[in-house]
Amino acid sequence: MVERDDAVDLMGLLSVEGQDLAASWVSEVSGSLKGRIGRAELDRELRELYDALVEALGQGAVDVHAEQMSEVRALLTELSRNRARQGFSPSETAISVFALKRILEPALRDGSAENVRAYLLLGRILDELGLFTIETYTRTRDELITAQAEQLLELSTPVVRLWDGVIAVPLVGTLDSARTQVVMEKLLQALVDTGSEQAIIDITGVPAVDTQVAQHLLKTIVAAKLMGAECTVSGISPQIAQTIVALGIEFDGIVTKASLADALKLALRRSGVDLVAQQGALR
Amino acid sequence: MTTPWQAGAEPRSYPIHRSSDLVHIRQAVRALSQECGLSLVDQTKMITAASELARNTLVYGGGGAVRTGLVGADARRGVAAVFEDAGPGIPDVEQAMTDGWTSGSGLGLGLSGARRLVDDFDLRTAPGEGTVVTIVKWVR
Repeated sequence: MVERDDAVDLMGLLSVEGQDLAASWVSEVSGSLKGRIGRAELDRELRELYDALVEALGQGAVDVHAEQMSEVRALLTELSRNRARQGFSPSETAISVFALKRILEPALRDGSAENVRAYLLLGRILDELGLFTIETYTRTRDELITAQAEQLLELSTPVVRLWDGVIAVPLVGTLDSARTQVVMEKLLQALVDTGSEQAIIDITGVPAVDTQVAQHLLKTIVAAKLMGAECTVSGISPQIAQTIVALGIEFDGIVTKASLADALKLALRRSGVDLVAQQGALR
Repeated sequence: MTTPWQAGAEPRSYPIHRSSDLVHIRQAVRALSQECGLSLVDQTKMITAASELARNTLVYGGGGAVRTGLVGADARRGVAAVFEDAGPGIPDVEQAMTDGWTSGSGLGLGLSGARRLVDDFDLRTAPGEGTVVTIVKWVR
């Protein structure tokens, strides 16, 4: 453990008579961020942080996870979260902490042993705080990514009404269990909401159909059948058709079509709609 | 079967620990298949086989890793992938390779189907010692 004397030295380092270290800190950080954060906002953020840090050190805190540091951690968490949301890089975020080390360097010039020791100790604390900042930053980014992935899940599975009683789901990308679940729920709900009896699942945008994707498709189709709807799978490309055959998946009893247009024609015929070309019109 | 990785093209290793890893593996195999010059049908077959085996590694092997890269032998070029896990192994390989048989809840076509999708297929396993599956698709 570090002794109380060092904590006093740290205080001495951070509160030099007649010098506004916080102001130098703000200019240093502001320079590195190239004006992408308002000076006033940065000034407020860093001064709060500075005061909290001085107070924590005054109370004898020597590492980041100490009880006395809770205020500092809260402020840093807020700072990193804001930076992550505003699209700053991890370095640009951590520099807010590390810049303080540079500001304190002049204190080493007089070369007293106490100052050097205090600087090294403070350096260690600031390093830990910097790492803490990066960790918070990463966690925030992870949360953002997860939220976006969920949004994408919602976005990527629209159910569209093609005709009275005919709905279609154009699938794009990889079908995993989570997405298929969403697709199935949306499709079944749309069958009820629109009173449709024909559903088309278009897989033109699905790059590969493996056994799991096929199984998910089959389950969706069986569920739709139970609700009295007829399903057509369209958009099976030549390479996917050959892959399905080689895999040995059987699409027994399931109507498949090469294109969405063919599937729509079939669905219309099944629901009793005739498409008639106008006489004399070009075909 | 030893895999003759092409000189100067070390295989890259990808972890298989969650289902989102499968997406990266499919993309990596797709990129290699395109680089190697496989036809569109063969690309799709190779990607699908890799997807099946990676899922087996995850679901039945409890996770593992895959090494994939370009291979060459006798003036032939191809794409290879080696799936490795330290799971329970397969007690009865013949049964596991039978169409429609599964110890889980799938269609039971993954392993047998993957063998039909590729040119070379090698399965090494022992109960309690994990499973290693090597597949190669050659350029025609």
